[in-house]
Amino acid sequence: MNIWLVMFFGGLITFGMRFSLIYLFGRFQVPETMRRGLHYVPPAVLSAIVFPELFLNGGHLFISVNNFRLLAGMVAALVAWFSKNTLLTIIAGMLALFLLQILL
Amino acid sequence: MNEKSEQFWMGIRAEIPLLIGVFPFGMIYGALALNAGLSKSASQMMSSIVFAGSAQFITTQLVHDTTPGLVIVFTIAVVNLRHVLYSASLAPYLSALSVRWKLLLSYLLTDEAYAPTVIKYEQEGVTPFSHWFLLGAGLALWTTWQISTALGIFLGTAIPESWSLDFALPLTFIAMVVPVLKNRPSIAAALSAGCIALLAYSLPFKLGLILAALVGIGVGTYLEGKKSAEGVS
Repeated sequence: MNIWLVMFFGGLITFGMRFSLIYLFGRFQVPETMRRGLHYVPPAVLSAIVFPELFLNGGHLFISVNNFRLLAGMVAALVAWFSKNTLLTIIAGMLALFLLQILL
Repeated sequence: MNEKSEQFWMGIRAEIPLLIGVFPFGMIYGALALNAGLSKSASQMMSSIVFAGSAQFITTQLVHDTTPGLVIVFTIAVVNLRHVLYSASLAPYLSALSVRWKLLLSYLLTDEAYAPTVIKYEQEGVTPFSHWFLLGAGLALWTTWQISTALGIFLGTAIPESWSLDFALPLTFIAMVVPVLKNRPSIAAALSAGCIALLAYSLPFKLGLILAALVGIGVGTYLEGKKSAEGVS
């Protein structure tokens, strides 16, 4: 196995997928349903990334007051809801995690 | 300041919170790649040739396990499938650009560049120079990824795990997703995607993430269609 060949083809395919619809869009008539569906990509993808980070520990469901990441994440979600400020949300979440880790 | 550089710097600024979480990841990747037996130059170059965090981690692991090259390439493809969704999602906003711009911006289209960019487009729509925002966000991430990889290769993972800096990444995504939850379809999309992501987490190749995203998109689209149908009748 040549690692450089693997990286070349892996990179080419990755780039191809990133480029695919950006390139094709506008060349074809895009169905209305798909156009509508695209608006749900951000909430769906972002939650699908976030949920396992908060609710799972080593691949197992971990719902407990001892799950500090879940608690800190909930604090961050509240701050995000009221402030709509990214930096404030991150600071609140990191601070919550830090305090939970040293206090409990 | 002209509008190009204004958009460019806005993109960089929006990317900074994500970089806090990305930096330790890059260092860990660099250190792991070297440990797995990749040369220094291959470890470093993977960060610009493949330029996709999770795929690079998995490639490193597979190289370590002496997996056949074809299997590794296939794995990279499946792990990165979600980029087709990002491409589709940003396509309407980038459709007026030249092919050269599309090539450049596609190369820079990672999870972390996609997130702030799509949020910006949903809020502000397209303006003549709004693609400079994605360029700024993408280049900020690209540069950070190269530097943190290099530091990981040469210094190892110098940041103590107890600092939990990796947590900054999900926090940033929380900061981005919560304001998007403006109506019932988008809340349902987020909750259903999140729950499927938990249930399907053990699927290989990050397929759980793809499945979760598709279910969430389906639920949101269906509810929106139902709502507008009710509105008509």
